This record gives sequence, structure tokens and C-alpha cells, in this order.
Amino acid sequence: MDQLWIDLAAVLAAAAPLVIAAMGETLSERAGVINLSLDGTMLLAAMTGFAVALTTGNLLLGFAAAALVGAAIAAVLGLFSLTLGQSQTAVGFVLALLCTDLSSFLGAPFVRVPGPAVPFTPIPALADVPVLGTLFFRHDPVIYASFLIIPATAYLLYGTRLGLIVRALGERPAAVYARGIDVIRWRYAMLITGGALVGIAGAAFSLDLKQGWSYRHTFGAGWIVLAIVIFGGWRPWRVALGCYLFAVLEIVATRSQSALPNFPTQIIQVAPFVLMIFVLALVNLASSPAAMRRAATLPQIWQRPLLGAINRLRATAPAALGQPFERP
Amino acid sequence: MHIAVEHLTKRFGSVCANDRLTVSFAAGQIHGVLGENGAGKSTLMKLLSGYIQPDEGRIVFNDMPRRLRGPGDALAAGVGMVQQEPLDIPAFTVLENLLCAAPPGIFRSRRAAQTALLELAGRLGFPVDPAARLDQLTIGQRQQVEIMRLLLCGAQVLILDEPTTGITAAQARALFAALRQIAAEGRTVLFVSHKLEEVAELCHTVTVLRNGQVVPPGQLPMPQPQEYLLVLMFGESGAAPPIYRPLPAIDAPPVWELRNITVRSGALHLVELNHRFPAGRIIGLAGLDGSGQQVLLRLLAGQQAPDRGQVLVNGRDLTGAGALAFRQAGVEYLPADRLHDGMIGALSLADHFALLQRDGLLVDRRRAEELARQAIADYQIKATPVTPIASLSGGNQQRAMLALIPPTACGILAEQPTRGLDVASARAIWSRLQARRDDGCCIIFSSPDLDEIMEYSDEVIVCFAGRIGPPIPRALLSASRLAELIGGVGFDALVNVAR
Amino acid sequence: MRTDRLKLVASLTRPVLALVAAFALTTLALLSTGVSPLEAYRLVLFGAFSTPVRLSDMIMLAAPLLLCAVGLSITFAGGLYNLGVEGQMIAGAIAAMVPLRLWPDWPPLLLWLLSGLSGATGGVVWALLIGALRQYANVSEIFAGLGMNFLASGLALYMVLGPWRRQTSASLSGTDLLPRDLWLPTIDRLRLAPAAPLIALLALAVVWWALTKTRWGLEVRAVGLNPAAAGRLGVAAARRMAETLAACGALAGIAGMLQVVAVHHALIPNISSGIGLLGLLVALLARADPRWLLPIAVAFASFTVGSIQLPLTLGIDSAIAGVLQGALVLFALVARARVR
Repeated sequence: MDQLWIDLAAVLAAAAPLVIAAMGETLSERAGVINLSLDGTMLLAAMTGFAVALTTGNLLLGFAAAALVGAAIAAVLGLFSLTLGQSQTAVGFVLALLCTDLSSFLGAPFVRVPGPAVPFTPIPALADVPVLGTLFFRHDPVIYASFLIIPATAYLLYGTRLGLIVRALGERPAAVYARGIDVIRWRYAMLITGGALVGIAGAAFSLDLKQGWSYRHTFGAGWIVLAIVIFGGWRPWRVALGCYLFAVLEIVATRSQSALPNFPTQIIQVAPFVLMIFVLALVNLASSPAAMRRAATLPQIWQRPLLGAINRLRATAPAALGQPFERP
Repeated sequence: MHIAVEHLTKRFGSVCANDRLTVSFAAGQIHGVLGENGAGKSTLMKLLSGYIQPDEGRIVFNDMPRRLRGPGDALAAGVGMVQQEPLDIPAFTVLENLLCAAPPGIFRSRRAAQTALLELAGRLGFPVDPAARLDQLTIGQRQQVEIMRLLLCGAQVLILDEPTTGITAAQARALFAALRQIAAEGRTVLFVSHKLEEVAELCHTVTVLRNGQVVPPGQLPMPQPQEYLLVLMFGESGAAPPIYRPLPAIDAPPVWELRNITVRSGALHLVELNHRFPAGRIIGLAGLDGSGQQVLLRLLAGQQAPDRGQVLVNGRDLTGAGALAFRQAGVEYLPADRLHDGMIGALSLADHFALLQRDGLLVDRRRAEELARQAIADYQIKATPVTPIASLSGGNQQRAMLALIPPTACGILAEQPTRGLDVASARAIWSRLQARRDDGCCIIFSSPDLDEIMEYSDEVIVCFAGRIGPPIPRALLSASRLAELIGGVGFDALVNVAR
Repeated sequence: MRTDRLKLVASLTRPVLALVAAFALTTLALLSTGVSPLEAYRLVLFGAFSTPVRLSDMIMLAAPLLLCAVGLSITFAGGLYNLGVEGQMIAGAIAAMVPLRLWPDWPPLLLWLLSGLSGATGGVVWALLIGALRQYANVSEIFAGLGMNFLASGLALYMVLGPWRRQTSASLSGTDLLPRDLWLPTIDRLRLAPAAPLIALLALAVVWWALTKTRWGLEVRAVGLNPAAAGRLGVAAARRMAETLAACGALAGIAGMLQVVAVHHALIPNISSGIGLLGLLVALLARADPRWLLPIAVAFASFTVGSIQLPLTLGIDSAIAGVLQGALVLFALVARARVR
């Protein structure tokens, strides 16, 4: 039994960078901007964060540098798409590739160099509470931060006036404009905030979860986060759940390597992403008008729970996601 | 708050939408702003509420000249506008929508906002559920929410643009009562409409706009004789006796036939449609925006399938067959937004003719260019066969769209065929359409311009609040009667007579 | 006259500025490593042309790159971002292996034909799955494509480590090499299989012809520019979109087959080597105008091949080629922006 709690704690830890990045991306997508550069941003930020922490010997500076890199890339995306009117998709994709190569190039001197890492800091007293202590209070600060950022994001979006504006930016920017808000400037702000979080997530890889730096260090984590945000329906708790499910699948994959010596388990590593897309497609299919019409012909007893489940699973994208803003 | 405009001018391209307007609106009253579609009412209201900026002239609130850089400035100065489709956030609840970007310091908490909302709702007689999602409400309810939001955010002047479009009679009554209450509390209400009855019932003064100018200069006190206002709105010609054009009897089968159609689209619910649209006629659809004309056109174009009933084209049942099948059966649809869904801006006229080629592996470019040259000569399009459509003027784009109608088309659906065109271009477009009618096409068009409907239709169908009237021969209709009908005056009687 | 000349100058300024900006960024990155940028540029820009072997390496990279870019210029013309091209290439490579492993004794010519056919089919299937996900399940082609990429690389891994593992022992370095007579005819000292670039050039010509001369190509472009208007003018828009995906999948599949029979002579897990995504950059830069595809693909391939010498001669990472490629496309996008 104890082993189970330790495993679960490992899942919570492994998902930390994903959670931080996913919350960042959720913020900017909620404001209507897709930051498709995530994978490149995380790599470049991971490399920068590691390099800065290594040369200065200061972990905080490392994280700050990573956040700065993430924010800067988001600002470039904003300049090209929000201000200059280019497609968010095209610019984001090119930035993803460009930053990936930049990280490989600039990071070459740091490959497999041992460096500083975030220290393990169990929280006194709380760490000794049975079960809860193991799950939540025997980690390091980055992982604690990943726990806190979920309710923080949810609170920001659903509990504050600011959150109302952010969500409205993604749903109907014209209405926000009519209320005297500068849509472009606010979208910049959310995009850059989200980008900074993605940067921190990158550093969480290189300074904590997969300590050090190597070529393509984060193994596609950025693309995975983008998919998880859709999978989670742009809602912080569900997005976080997606991150944790992903981490479970990853750990299962690693564990099964020893359990199934004859089965090439590397394949399982690609399964989480594929499964996620598959489930997403199923949910979309189930909530399509045709499926709803068919559901309406079912007997009453089945109808209510079925429609309820579909409605709960259905993920509606922010109505203005990815669209340029034009004044009404 | 007292608001005034002085020599206010706004041009869109070559069109002068507001031409040196000078008018003022006193506080504590409801001011009607009348005018036919395109007279410049909407432009004036958008200028007053900061959505657009004037080219010349100035806007004065309480004797203070104001520069409004956006609707936020206007609201901060105390002017709020309710759009025809309220600019709210459909995914939000009523309360969230109220709190979103509210001026700082107005609501101390969610609870305070809810109390203020419920208190105001009680005063105005609007039933409201703060936890309801806006996308579950009707247009009328969303309009009420928007009015309350603007008032709570400090609006001293409330501008309503055609507020009775798309709402029920009961909602209109509630709205009028609320507006009277708002004016009685000392606020200014601008009521933009072209329904005479409503202005007569509600307003203390009226300002009539025609061609971007106030006629006669300044406000008029209400009441005014209806005939006088109609002449002001439409000019003397509006009251002139109609030219009688007998319609030839037609034996040919109808191009379209609707049988027991029921269709729902947004807030509109069209029921029990039974219509036959004969060949060789031009049928004008008159009505306010969103009264059902668009739904009818989309239904006839096959873009929207009916919930019940049948659509027949030339006697063939094409119910639910899709727009492509309608097109193959000879139905041509000309959308109002020519570049958005009419033609492909980056391609040339020759490319478009090439797109229409239906056989052969290769594009027959020589043939396409020949057709394009032919069309350019026939339709007097100012372009070469290879000029991208996007770089043509509006009139030339419209001519190009007409030229692209295949000769086999038997039914043409035109949404606002002369939108944004100057008089000469519009006339040229119509002579083309009339020629197609004489060749045996059935042409159905919608237009916000009543003069256009009166001038070119053989029959007129009036749409009012989602109901489709019976076809009226043009000869039996006068401009003033048509203006009444689209406002709903005598509409019921018309439908009953037809039954 | 005067305005014409001004327009010409203006139309030239922007691409030149984009070029300058791209090189400025790359130079900045180079300077940070302390090596001489001139020396590095000499290798990156011209290194691929320094020896016959490198030249032929460049050609063998340019061939699949051009194939992918050509395919992507079809999907771009149809208005789709086919990020799944990488997976389509892998699926093509796997499918191309099937006949080679099943009937190794058949005449090579027949086998190559079968292999090409099978590879193209694999790519088409992979691409159409994306189309189906987009059309019926409302999953954007970008994420459907990424998912299919992961699936394809998983499948490749499985084949390499499972059913097709080396006779000695399973290895991540790939399957056993194909019998020598199944390799596409190769000039030995040069590692050059002339058929590969010829196939790519043929594909370029065919696609250029299809997009510019045929009714199908015109309809595809119309759908890409404005699906609503194209539908109004009688084009079956959804069908054309699926067809562009299939066409791109077929070409990417053939590129995958070339990787197997002409380059690696085996199936390796990383058989696509990022060529598909690089092809996306090429197609983005060429802006779906097929005439630019060949020079850009050759230039990008030569950057990549030229940069391979960097680690040995200058001690810097070869990824600078990717930086230059990405920066060029990024600033080219801006050069096209309309200023508000």
C-alpha cells in the first residue's frame, strides 16, 4: 500500500513541468491566442535556465532567465500575429522549430554537464502525516509551486474580475472592446504571462525533473501540453487532471519495461499522446449534432445520464480562439 | 445629460454617411431618430457612442466638447449604446457579463452587483435571473440585460438601435415602459427606428435623417402627422402613385415550391410556409434586418435544410440535398458580402470562369479568358481578365458576380444586390437582372432599401418578425403602405386576407 | 513611372530586410559561441559544395525534402497545415519495407515499384486518417497530425524492435540492412542514387502542372483561399481538402520509401529525421508557389549538409543550420505582413 502512495507522489512530481506550462498556455488560449511555439519555448528556456543557474550558481536567476526567455518568445509571437496580422499558427510553428534549434546550438557547451538542482525540501511536520505527507509534502519547491498554480489559475479565471476580462477576450473580444478595454494590449499581457510560465516549466525540466541539459531535453513536452489544454477543455482543473493522467501513463510505460522484457516498451511512450487525441475525437464525435439527434431517440432512462455525461465531457474552445481581433 | 452634435461629418469611401449634421437632444426625454435604411442613423449613433470617429465636426456632452476614441470613452462620459445584437459575452452568466470590465469602484462585490441588478430590474419591470447563461436567453432578454448593464455602469444617455427587431410584442411593451421610466429619472434616451408607430407611441421628439442630413434641420416635437413623416423619410416620390405594370399570366411550373415548411434559425422560427415562386418574376423581400428574409433565402439556396416540409426546385424534391445539388438544379445564390462568400478575392475573373468549367482534365484557359473578355464587354466591368477580383470596385465586383451566373440558371437569389453601389452601377445591375427575368428566370432579392424594392419588384413579400407574408403585386402597393407593413402595421390583416 | 519605381523598390526592400534580419539573428547566435561567423557561414552556405561526396549527400537530402515540400505546397494551397507530414513519411517507409521483406527474391525493379506503391499507400492512409479526424471528429488537422506522427514513430519503433528486429539481437539502430541488390542503384563512392532526385523533380513537375494547369488544381486553390465562395461556385470543398491531404501523404510516403531503399537501406526508428517538418518550412517560405520549392529545398538541404562539418572543424553545434532556416522563414512571414 505504501508503495502506491509513493508511486502517486512520483506521478505528481513528474507532472509538475507539464502542469506549469499547461496553466500558462491555458491563460493565453483563454485570452484568444494560441502559442504554438510551446515545444521550442520550453527547450530554449530549459537550456537558458540551466546555463544561467550553472554559471551564476544561483537557481533563482536560472528560473528568472527561463521565464524571461518564455516571455520574450511570446512577445515575438504577439508582435508578428497580434500587431502585424500574420497567422498565429504559422508564426508559432516556425518559432517552435527555430527555438528548438537555437537551444541545441547555444546549449551545446552544456550538454551533460553536471549542474545545480532544486533541493528536496520536505515540509517539516506536514511531511510526516501519513499518506498526505507522502503525496503532497515530500517534494521540492517547484513541485509545490505546481500544486499551487492550479487553484491559482482557476481562481484567477473564475474568481476574479481580471479573469472575467481574460475569458471575455477569448469569447467575444468585441464586447470587451465595447467596455473600453484595449483588446490587443490585454492579449499581449496574457500571452506574455503565459509564455513566462511556459519558460519556468522549461527550467523545471532542466533544473529539477530531468536535471541537466541534453539535445531535445524535454522530448516533445510542448506539443503534449498543447494537446492536454484542448483535452482539458481549457478549464484549469481538467487540464491539470490531463497532465497527471499523462504522467501516470508515462510511469506505467517505464515500469512495464521491466515487467515485459520481450515487448518493445518504447512504443508505450508514444501512447499517451495518441490516446489523448483518440479520446478527444471520441468526445467530439459523441457531442456532434448527428450523435445528439440519435441520442434523442433513445429511451428516457438512458437519455438523461448519457446527455449529462456528454455535456460534462464536451470541451468548447473559446469562441474567438486564434482569430484576429477587428474593431466592430 | 444633454448631448449635441455640430457639423458632424463621416464619409465611407465616396459615400457621405453623415453630412454636416447639427442636432441636439435634451435630457429627461425620449428622442426618436427616424430614417430609412442607409439614411445615416446608425453612423450617427456609432459616432455618439465612440465606435467610429468623425471626419469633421464635434460632439458636445453637457456643453463640453468631447473626443471619443472608443466606446470606453463614451461610456465613461455617460453614453451607452445597445446594439441590435447586444455586445455581450454569450458564454457568461448575466452577473458575470455585468461584472466583466465594469468601471472600477462601481460594484464592491459580486453580491453588491447582484443586489443592484435585482433592484434595477425590479424598478424597470424586467424579470432577470442573474445566474442564467446569456446564450440561453432570447435577443429580447439579452437586450434587457444590456440596458441594465449600461445603466448600472453609469450611462446617462442610452442609445437603442432598432431595439424592437427580433423581440416579441410583450418584450417591446416591457421595453417601452422601462424606457419611459429611465427618461423620467432624468436620463436621455435615443430611440433609433424606422417604425413610425413606435416613435409616435414612445417619443417626445423626433429627428428625421435622409441621405445623411437632418430634414428639416433640427428636431420636431411629437406628435406629427404620419404622412408628413413618411414624406420626410422617403421624399415626395414615396407618396407618388405607383406605375402600373400588369403581370403576364404564367403557366410554367414554379421555380421553387415550399410545402409546409418549418424551420428554426437562431431566435427566428418560421412555421407553415407554403409558397410558389413562379418563373419570369422579380420578387422583392422587404423587412427589417433579421425579420426572416435571410432564412428564406438560405432555405431556397439549399444552405439550410428545413426541420419539416419539402423544398421543390422545378418540381424536383431537393429537401436536405445540400447547396451543391440546388446549384446543379439551376439555383444561383448571390450573397451580400461579395468577397467573404461570393467570390475569391485573390483569383481573377478568368480564373472564376475557369472554376465554372465542369469537364476536362485541364483548365481551358483560352476559353475562360474569352468568356471573361466577353463578360467584361457585356457587363462593362472595369478590369482585365486577369485582374484579381479583390482589386475591383464594389460595382464591378457585383457585375462580375452577375456575369458568372451560368446561362442555365433558372432561379437567382440575390441578397442586397446593390449594396454599397452608386446609382449608375445599381441601375446597370438591375437592367441585367431584368434581362434575366425576361429570359424566364425567377429572381428573389432582399434589400433594406424600400425604394429599390418598389422600383424593381414585380411582387413584394413582406417579412415581419419571422413571419413571411403573401406575395403582393407591386401595382397594388404604395411606398407608404410598404413602410407600414415592414413595421408590422396591418401585417396581420394582410396575412388573414391571403388566407 | 516614378511611383512604379518606388513600388519596385518597396517590393524589394522587404525581402532584403527579412534576409538581413535572419542573418543578423544567426550571426548573433554564432558570435555568442566565440567562433568567427565568416568561417561558420563559409561552411554552412558553401560546405555542401566542397566535395563530390558532400554534394551527393546534399542531393540525397534534398530529394525527400523536396518531395515533402511539394506535397505540403498542395495542402497549403488547400488551406491546411499538414503537420502530420512527418508521420506520413514514416508510415510510407514502413509500408515500403513490407514487399521488400516479404518477397526479397523477386526482381528488384518490380520490388521497387511495389515498394513505392506501398509506401505511397501508407502515406495516403495516414493522411486520410487526419482528414477523417478533422472532418468528422472536429479535431484540428494540426493536432490530428501530431497524434498521427507519434503513432507512426511508435509503429516504426515496434517494427524495428519487434517483428523486424535484427537476427543477432534487437537494436535501436534499425533493422538488418536490405540485400545489396535491393538498394536503389547507387554510385558507390558518392552514396548517390540518381533515381531519388529524379523522382523528386518529376513530382515537382507533376504537382506544378496539376496546381497551375488542371481544373483540380484551380479548385484546390479556390478552396484554400475561400472555402465558402468556392462552395457557392460549385466546388466540392470538403472532398478537395481530403484529396490534398491524400496527395501530400502519397508524396511523403514516397519520400519515406526513398529513405529506406536509397539512403538508410533499412528501417530505422528515426527514418524521417525531421525532414517532413523542414519541408513545412520550405513550403511556408515558398508560399505554395511551386517555382520556389526547388531552389529553397536545395538551399536548405545544403545548409543542413554544410553544417555537419561544424562540430569537427569549429567545435560548434550543427543546429545553426536550423536556426538560419527558421529565421529566414520567420522574417519572411513578417516581410509579407500588411502594415496597419
